[in-house]
Amino acid sequence: MARQSNHRVVIDDKSRDGRIDVDGLLADRTTEIIVCCGSGGVGKTTTSAALALRAAEQGRTVCVLTIDPARRLAQSMGLTELDNTPRPVAGVQSANGAGSLDAMMLDMKRTFDEVVERHASPEKAQQILSNPFYVALSSSFAGTQEYMAMEKLGQLHAEKRYDLIVVDTPPSRSALDFLDAPERLSSLLDGRFLKLLLMPAKGPARLLSAGLGLVTGALNKVLGAQFLTDLQTFIAAFDTLFGGFRQRAEATYSLLQAKETRFVVVAAPEAAAMREASYFVERLAGEHMPLAGLVVNRVHTDGADGITAARAEAAAEQLRSTDRATDHLVADLLAVRADRLTVAGREDHQRHAFASAHPSVPTVAVPALAGDVHDLDGLREIGDLLAGAAQPTG
Amino acid sequence: MSIATELHIVTGKGGTGKTTVAAALAMSLAGRGRRVLLCEVEGRQGLAQLFDVPPLPYAERKIAVGPDGGEVFALAIDPESALLEYLQMFYRLGRAGKALDRFGIIDFATTIAPGVRDVLLTGKVYEAAKRKDGSRFAYDAVVMDAPPTGRITRFLNVNSELAGLAKMGPIKRQAESIMTMMRAKSTHIHLVTVLEEMPVTETIDGVADLAAEKLPVGHVVVNLIRPSLISAQSRAALDSGTISTAEVGDSLASVGLPKDAADGLLAGGLSAIQREDLEREQREVLEHSGRPVVELPRLSGGIDLGALYELAARLEELQ
Repeated sequence: MARQSNHRVVIDDKSRDGRIDVDGLLADRTTEIIVCCGSGGVGKTTTSAALALRAAEQGRTVCVLTIDPARRLAQSMGLTELDNTPRPVAGVQSANGAGSLDAMMLDMKRTFDEVVERHASPEKAQQILSNPFYVALSSSFAGTQEYMAMEKLGQLHAEKRYDLIVVDTPPSRSALDFLDAPERLSSLLDGRFLKLLLMPAKGPARLLSAGLGLVTGALNKVLGAQFLTDLQTFIAAFDTLFGGFRQRAEATYSLLQAKETRFVVVAAPEAAAMREASYFVERLAGEHMPLAGLVVNRVHTDGADGITAARAEAAAEQLRSTDRATDHLVADLLAVRADRLTVAGREDHQRHAFASAHPSVPTVAVPALAGDVHDLDGLREIGDLLAGAAQPTG
Repeated sequence: MSIATELHIVTGKGGTGKTTVAAALAMSLAGRGRRVLLCEVEGRQGLAQLFDVPPLPYAERKIAVGPDGGEVFALAIDPESALLEYLQMFYRLGRAGKALDRFGIIDFATTIAPGVRDVLLTGKVYEAAKRKDGSRFAYDAVVMDAPPTGRITRFLNVNSELAGLAKMGPIKRQAESIMTMMRAKSTHIHLVTVLEEMPVTETIDGVADLAAEKLPVGHVVVNLIRPSLISAQSRAALDSGTISTAEVGDSLASVGLPKDAADGLLAGGLSAIQREDLEREQREVLEHSGRPVVELPRLSGGIDLGALYELAARLEELQ
């Protein structure tokens, strides 16, 4: 579905020495949307929240949008109430008092309901909202989340209440579902199939071609006639909304390609996550979407003292043969170091493989912290590490 | 010979090693001449990468042998193939099947219509689990590498939504049969986690969500456990702060290492202890989940076939 075959990576110029200039990116007033994407479990939510908090504390009016039923952002920000309305985050320390941070979690059903209510007459809206097909589509079917995330992003941006919106993408089957959502929504609403289904509701039966008769016959056989009737009623009722939906989905897609948007690909230094990150970087390039760079979370670093894993292990062995408690303790410390170096070595390999494949993509490695992040201080520390303004304390 | 094919559904937060655990479980179940089908449903070709083979087709291929001569077959389920196979199998839709394709219905149903994908994916797993080969079931067990914890309840429950929408007809009947299988005693939904706060929280939430929908929760699998490298004595010394940098430096010097590495090593030791404490807290949270917990080690050499057998041996409890 790539619109262009040109796969040149569109790199934002906010980088120095192959590293993302995070503070430059956040301070740049032309950055209005930051989309954090990547596979599940790599710390996307934490990265989004940390970037949003840092931008707010540097004076920007920020909203962070998360789309996760597990309420991870709520946990990591110490918030208990997150719903479809952006709510102010308490405890933001803005340098000049100008900045602020709101956070919201997408309630996909409510977003969908609101769209229906806004664009249909009250009777028609009621008809749609009570249709069983609509209820299932809007509340529980997979895929709706991505559509609604794009819808909400478009709405928030159009409202112009915020000068920066940070989006944490849904934990999709594939991270790319998020990117495909606007286009898929357009195809859904434009599909020949739906047009055909609409015909019986609109026109006389003689419009039915032999081919369509065969199709609806087959569908009736498979799905049961009532299913199709419900679907037709739903679609007929929804008809008036289709144009608006498609227009907005397309507008949001263009927004993602626009100069005010920056993508941050998030990964962890493991084979599967880095593979997904590679795929994402290539896809963004194919779609001409501006990439700020790659954030690799939870990276283990080796010590600065030059002790190798093999040397640490050999020395530990030697120290264990004495009968002094201190030697045994130091042997344990060396074992911890050797273990860490082994992990660091494996991670280095993954990161180098990515860098070789994508030498022009600026990268930031965020060191692994000993504890979990679940408050603003934790997010500030991550923000410092992202911006290269601090070394890990853990 | 089994009276019903066992269905093991493996879910977990991203990054916890759910695909590895699903594969190891399949190998464990394939002991003593049993036949096991290992399916993936997310189109990631994670099994092919794990077993280091070319991408899997929509066909059941033998991918490994069990510990005592059993067999593991692998299948990558994609919704398009599942739909065409389904239409062919139940309706012999030769011409009509082509017409569906021409009108964009296959595309509509599998990529655009929300939810239909999940119905087709669970439907294929259902078909494999119920398939008979003569008088016995084709497989003794089916293992599914399922979507992540955040989506699993909705994914498994999609057929109950559908059964509500389709008021009659074969889809309704099949949707109901699939829900019956998902809730049967022979089904076990295992949740994979690691000892970190967010995955553990998601696991606890996942167990509650599944139970609320009467979906049978099996084991909690704690993956990537790191052994403690610090003895109780060393720990006590570090905790009490009685050990000085100078003493550590002397000890290092005695084996020819630089004295000034002492600070860094002590800091590393303290953060290891902090991590172990956090892990212990999370382990306690999991013990209160009410589900049996099984632990798997982080294998230092990464995951290869040998490592999968090693993990399989530790998963025997799940049978």
